[in-house]
Amino acid sequence: MSKYTTIVCENGTVAVDDTLLVKGVCATAGSRMLEGFKPLFSAEAVTRLEQAGYTVKGKTAVGEFGLDLVGEFSYEAPQEGTLHGAAAAAVAEGDVRLALGVDMNGAPRRAAALEGIDFLKPTYGTVSRYGVISCAASGEQVGVYAKDAQGVAEAMAIIAGHDDKDGTSLPEASYTYDVDRPVAGMKVAVVKNLLDAADDAAKAKTEAYVQALRAAGVTVEEITVDAFAVANTAWQILMTAETCNNVSRYDGVKFGHRAANYKNIDELYVNSRTEGFNFLTKAVILYGSDVLSKNRYKDCYDKSLRVRRVISETMAKLFETYDALVMPACSKMSYESYDIHDAFKTVFDESVFTAVPNLIGTPALVSGGVQLTAKMYAESTLLSLAHAVEKEGK
Amino acid sequence: MKYELVIGLETHVELSTESKIFCSCGGHAAADEPNDCVCPACCGMPGMLPVMNKRVVELAVTAGLMLNCHINRYTTFDKKNYYYPDLPCAYQITQLNHPICTDGLVPVKTSEGTREIRIKQIHMEEDAGKLVHEGNHSYVDFNRTSVPLIEIVTQPDFRSAEEVVTYLAKLRSMFRSGGISECQEGAMRCDVNISVRPEGSEEFGVRTEIKNMSSFDAIERAIRYEAQRHMDALEFELEELVQETRRFDEVSGKTFAMRNKETEADYRYFPDANLMPIIIDDEWLEQIKANKPVAVDEKAEDYRAAGIAEKDIATLLSNHKIAKLLDDTVALGCDEKTAASWILTDCAGILRKDGKTFDDLAITPEKLATVIKLVEEGKINRGAGKKVLIAVVENDVDPIAFCKEQGLDRQVDASAIEAVIDRVIAENPRAIEDFKNGKVKAAQALFGACMRELKGAGDPAVIKSLLDAKLAEQ
Repeated sequence: MSKYTTIVCENGTVAVDDTLLVKGVCATAGSRMLEGFKPLFSAEAVTRLEQAGYTVKGKTAVGEFGLDLVGEFSYEAPQEGTLHGAAAAAVAEGDVRLALGVDMNGAPRRAAALEGIDFLKPTYGTVSRYGVISCAASGEQVGVYAKDAQGVAEAMAIIAGHDDKDGTSLPEASYTYDVDRPVAGMKVAVVKNLLDAADDAAKAKTEAYVQALRAAGVTVEEITVDAFAVANTAWQILMTAETCNNVSRYDGVKFGHRAANYKNIDELYVNSRTEGFNFLTKAVILYGSDVLSKNRYKDCYDKSLRVRRVISETMAKLFETYDALVMPACSKMSYESYDIHDAFKTVFDESVFTAVPNLIGTPALVSGGVQLTAKMYAESTLLSLAHAVEKEGK
Repeated sequence: MKYELVIGLETHVELSTESKIFCSCGGHAAADEPNDCVCPACCGMPGMLPVMNKRVVELAVTAGLMLNCHINRYTTFDKKNYYYPDLPCAYQITQLNHPICTDGLVPVKTSEGTREIRIKQIHMEEDAGKLVHEGNHSYVDFNRTSVPLIEIVTQPDFRSAEEVVTYLAKLRSMFRSGGISECQEGAMRCDVNISVRPEGSEEFGVRTEIKNMSSFDAIERAIRYEAQRHMDALEFELEELVQETRRFDEVSGKTFAMRNKETEADYRYFPDANLMPIIIDDEWLEQIKANKPVAVDEKAEDYRAAGIAEKDIATLLSNHKIAKLLDDTVALGCDEKTAASWILTDCAGILRKDGKTFDDLAITPEKLATVIKLVEEGKINRGAGKKVLIAVVENDVDPIAFCKEQGLDRQVDASAIEAVIDRVIAENPRAIEDFKNGKVKAAQALFGACMRELKGAGDPAVIKSLLDAKLAEQ
């Protein structure tokens, strides 16, 4: 498996997912459509890490526009057999100290869970999206892969904070990320219906994690939250609609792939895009255009926006009782390669574990193969819980 | 049958900002070469995010205030999807659901009278680029991409081409003088929605839209042509009118169908998640209001409404000092038309006599208002008022003290006036004789004599009527 699409500096300490720009280094977001695209600037998160003394080792391959499970449908690095996320693997193998990824539909969280490393999808608006090859603007967020919670916290302290270049960036200049807040006495809940939706291996991971939390003095209860399924449908509607719109700029006119044969502008568009996008992206584009069409907008897109608000309120209520929720990040602990024609449905189903934080902007941390979520800005709670469990394991 | 024209307008106006609406590129109007004025953001490269230019909001609100609109304190952006090579992102950022201004009103005065045109909404959006076709190739120029526009949408309130052109000329003049837009060639573009119905009918006829015209002449010709086409279709049933988009060909003077409704694109509008809702709070709105320049045309409308003559309006508009003197005098409680007459006729006359101009006029609004009030309240007559004005203009005297000094403010009752009249009649037997013989001029001479005797005191109208009564007795 080829982890990197480009090596920038052999001695680098950071890997950057190909959904983020590094100045002068070709970026494709795993798509043939962006073949040869060389960005003129770096993503803000990359710039901030570089200013703090980190160097980029290379760009790690992603599935086309981050739409797949973990990166299996990358144009440059298609995978066979057991699937891995490239950046997660680079961190797990000690190739780099940390990596940056874009969590748009859970791919980095799934990849981190499979590798047993940490990945934080931060609170929406805390990390600048400047330099992200954007698909779903309303829910995507730049996050950090690291070996442990400590590593995540260190990187987050550097990359988070207001950026004028991103209109959705929150006003706070910086944030604090603690890993050693006392966890004894915290109350968390395991989401039973998600546990039941996972296979034995994934279930066992979560149950073992719960034991470790209890050992650290955390109170753990079990709850059922029906909102997850509805939230996933709503997010898939919003995500496909926004993706359809954001990738429409890849039309063969300005940069990236252009078909060799066309007779007029319509053929230039159609042929370039037919050749440039993979089947999953095309399915997402079709689904997204459909939910935005005049006849469906009210029942699909607009309804999903309302669902988003309701889920926000539901979750906020839960977080009045619980410091965090614990659940699997994926239905199994190992994925095998599969037919791209099944990808849309496969990813849709799998996203039930990951969609809520994308939909409502809350933070989510994957650690020890398990996912923790909390209320807005509660990253330190998540990191401290994970740190407590990691300490015990050592 | 008599027909009535029904027209609604969508007018795009390019705003005079230093930079584009969502990035810091500037000066596209002065750019010499294609794509001189572009950055990764406005040519649609991935990774760039739109960042709102605050000035655009301020100019849009100012335009809304000028057109008497409601300013929406919560305003959002939407994306409009369509593919065209001059649109780098394949979507245009515009406002559909929460436009910045709604429900305005613009009075439009033509030879037919004044009609109030309702403004449905004003929204902010970005412009597209340009395609340049050369031989077998087409080139894309993104200089104009993301240049800020406002689109002003009216209700179907126009009833003639003349009203449309008058309205557009009014917008242009207001926006130019108000610093909203230079309105240079191509910076003001219009889509005209037009239908025709039998006079008296309440229902709308079939509507066609003529797209993208920028010269007033073309707009007027297009409306006339299209209106005739609709009326002919209704009258002779030669063709069936369909709702469609048309374009005006300036050479032939005709309109041609562009595409029909069945194939019209679904723009799949939806909210732009990259731009947070804009909240216009009281403080910001007040600041915009305070900075709002008084548009010259708006001022002219005020003068016109006050009944001031066109040539005087021209003088006022060209002389800020005089306009201010008038405003301040009016603010002290004088009638606008009366005050204008004192300034533009009486003061001007005094200055002219002395070989001076308005630049030399040093009268304060307070003194002018005092003179005007003395006359208006009947304390002195207009002739005396003029005398006071001359003294004020030439020697900056205090008007009230001057009146006292000169005995101009004498209050005279009817019996005193009658006494003077009786004396004048007694002293001028010849004039009385002439009057009896039908010489009207004799009465005028007697009136003049009375006025002289009274030295400016007394109301001329009262004097005249008392004199007339006395003469009738003779």
